[in-house]
Amino acid sequence: MKKYFLGIDLGSTTSKAIIIDDNDRIIGRGITNTRANYTVATEIARLEAIYNARFSLLKMKLEDEIEHKPEYKRYIKDVESVFQYLQFKRRLDRLNVQFRDTIEETFRDEKKEKISGFVDRIVREIGPVILDEYLNGNLGQKNQFFRDIVSEKYNKEVNALPGAFFESMMLVYDKSITHVENELTEYDFRELVHQSMELLNEKYAFMDDFTPDETGVGFDSEMNLLKGNYKQIYDSLKGHITFIANLDIHITNMVGTGYGRALLPFPEKSIRSEILCHAFGAHAVFPGTRTVLDIGGQDTKAIQADSHGLVTSFYMNDRCAAGCGRYLGYIADEFNISLNELGPLAVEATNEVNICSTCTVFAAAEIRELLNVGQKRSDILAGLHRAIVMRAMSLLARSGGVRNEFTFTGGVARNQAVLKYVSELVLQNYGKDIKINVHTDSIFMGALGGAMFARRS
Amino acid sequence: MSKEAAKERSVIIQKEMIASLFKELGTVKETGKKVVYTFVPGNISELILSFDMLPVYPELNALQSGMRKKSEGYIREAEQHGHSEDVCTYVKCDVGMMLNGNIGPTGEKIPNPDLLLLSYTGCFTFLKWFETLERLYPGVPVALLHTPYQEAHKITPEMTAYMVKQLKEEVIPKMEQVSGNKYDEEKLKSILRNSSKVEDYIVKIFDTTKHRPSPIDAYFAGVYYIGPINSGFRGTPEAVDYYAELYKEILTRIEKKLGPITPEGEMEEERFRLVVEGPPNWTHFREFWKLFYDMGAVIVASSYTKVGGVYDMGFRVNPDKPLESLAEYCMNCYTNLNLQQRVDLLSKCITDYHADGFLVNSIKSCNSFSAGQLMMMQQLERKLEIPTGFIESDLVDPRYFSYSNIKNRLESFFQMLEQRKMILNRP
Repeated sequence: MKKYFLGIDLGSTTSKAIIIDDNDRIIGRGITNTRANYTVATEIARLEAIYNARFSLLKMKLEDEIEHKPEYKRYIKDVESVFQYLQFKRRLDRLNVQFRDTIEETFRDEKKEKISGFVDRIVREIGPVILDEYLNGNLGQKNQFFRDIVSEKYNKEVNALPGAFFESMMLVYDKSITHVENELTEYDFRELVHQSMELLNEKYAFMDDFTPDETGVGFDSEMNLLKGNYKQIYDSLKGHITFIANLDIHITNMVGTGYGRALLPFPEKSIRSEILCHAFGAHAVFPGTRTVLDIGGQDTKAIQADSHGLVTSFYMNDRCAAGCGRYLGYIADEFNISLNELGPLAVEATNEVNICSTCTVFAAAEIRELLNVGQKRSDILAGLHRAIVMRAMSLLARSGGVRNEFTFTGGVARNQAVLKYVSELVLQNYGKDIKINVHTDSIFMGALGGAMFARRS
Repeated sequence: MSKEAAKERSVIIQKEMIASLFKELGTVKETGKKVVYTFVPGNISELILSFDMLPVYPELNALQSGMRKKSEGYIREAEQHGHSEDVCTYVKCDVGMMLNGNIGPTGEKIPNPDLLLLSYTGCFTFLKWFETLERLYPGVPVALLHTPYQEAHKITPEMTAYMVKQLKEEVIPKMEQVSGNKYDEEKLKSILRNSSKVEDYIVKIFDTTKHRPSPIDAYFAGVYYIGPINSGFRGTPEAVDYYAELYKEILTRIEKKLGPITPEGEMEEERFRLVVEGPPNWTHFREFWKLFYDMGAVIVASSYTKVGGVYDMGFRVNPDKPLESLAEYCMNCYTNLNLQQRVDLLSKCITDYHADGFLVNSIKSCNSFSAGQLMMMQQLERKLEIPTGFIESDLVDPRYFSYSNIKNRLESFFQMLEQRKMILNRP
């Protein structure tokens, strides 16, 4: 039997899971938002990594076919998206039941009926919109969590309702989502993956009725190959998918890390410090790594490692969250935009504003002041991004500076504005020869390091 | 200390010594003895004793208040009186204690000073502290003893002459005036003869950490071991007896291959040997210590135990040159060394005592220790390729002791040491 190893990184904002095989190859990734019940957060990330591993193994199994048949690749990608939708749908159904319970407990008479009617309508409308975004859009690739997706749609619908119901509608949502998020919804992979294929068949069948636009914009060659051919593809892939669905992914060993590691239901020997895990993960992906900067939700770490990936020293922020992911979350709330939109907006800046406040709370006051005097949102955002990077630079300096190569990890490394300033300032302060590494899996580096420790112990 | 520790004779002797000092302080009205307030670094207690006066150390009172969980209230009180959040918490704790009747650790009132002996050794705050005391005790004479910083890595004859001149022209005349006694050089010499013996013992005691397992913890227990030399007993026969007894006990531990004593008994397995830079936190002293001994970490040397005098590099008082000796003693205090000298000293400790790691406990309100710590840490890391760790807390302000932050960092640090040992020991 093949051996697999699991690393769990229970962070302050997100919980991550990574599954590797005995060659240190990443085969499964899972991520969710951390919530009050850490066991649930861990379990969701772990299950997601296992589902993801099944799809990875499928792609590895069919590597040769995929190379010659791009429509296979497309089909599997579509199955994965629909699979994600079906998971979402189960959670939404559960949330809907909770909505009913909350309304029943909280409201009476006419108000109850009104609220109930509004909630019904919202749930009815959200379902198909989300389905469309998974099936025809790229929601599956966006790494958005259930809470974020639902709350975005729910808020939009609530804002269209009469203002008098705002408080009550938000109360229903807050009470219900917290409850649902802290319980585990279990799925049967086999059932869900077969349902996904059925749903896809419907989608492709429906597409037969359209005349393809092969002349220019919007031409999709993979889809073009798929739609006339889907039944045959379905027949050839069904067996492989069933095989993968039945595969026993045996986790031989696991290691937990992250700020909540002590609360993980793991034996003590399976708990590692996130400092070691991040350095080990970063070093595994980029073996030349000597300095690691990890910007996570609530802490920023500057780590110095030697040629073996062993940590020689580290420095973490204390007492203050400015310079961490939470700072960005707070700023996103202030601007009433999502976290993912922050970076793209900030890089559009034409005239970066200087932000003086190093305090998250005071920065919010400064933003309002700057908006009042007519500064552009993108210019203010650029200044805020630069401010958090300045904090990270100071931490790096205190940890002993930047040595070549420099690897940037953590969820915040995905933010292109942060990356821009980190790159600029590192090169400016430590010389143009410094090689800067950022991996697409940067947020998973801690979990990867954990999985690698699990393989070695 | 623990039941086990309580069995040690040296602990009982020390307790009796401290109790007798506070008892003497409590009866000055009857005995007519004069009281000198002064500081631990550069404490020229032999000179004070030669005038038959009694010393009081405000930092020791502050740390005692911290250990007895009284400091937070005292600090708040001092802040209400206008001391800012950034002022040294020893100062605020001391001021708060005075505002609350100056009740000492034994519950007895500490007498007001008859002389403020401001020995300034590397800590600028000392000047401000005694300016505050001057206002709180109007009319009390202040004697300033300025210790020149070892800027050029050494003590020059001019520096010694400068200090001796201050002793002769400023300190001694004021002591004569306050005590009503004449300066007695023969008496000072005889006190210094005891100091010299004590200094030899101190060096021998802290050198026992070269054994494996180390028989003592040179930081958490070390702060108790330096108690007598830093609280006015350095030149007394009691101190000589205490250190002789302590050394004897430690030799027995070495013979039996015993590890250090902790509040929960003996540390059974020595897993990590550390050198620590910076003072400990006093408000959570036990919890702080536990974070180490629970992990099998023993401190084999610490800079803090050298705060009241550095003897590792060979300095001893010379009873035949009493004033010159006192001057050199002051200039040799840890916080009066320049940063390179501190790096050299720590480097020697790391090498001599085979430390696995170097840890800095940076104190929010202590400039004289905290300045340069990161630079020192980085130099040691590069020079000795030793893993280093950095934690932050405070002396006596409990608001700056974050147990979970410190635990998180220490866990990472210990795992780092463990991983290194594991990989480097691989065949």
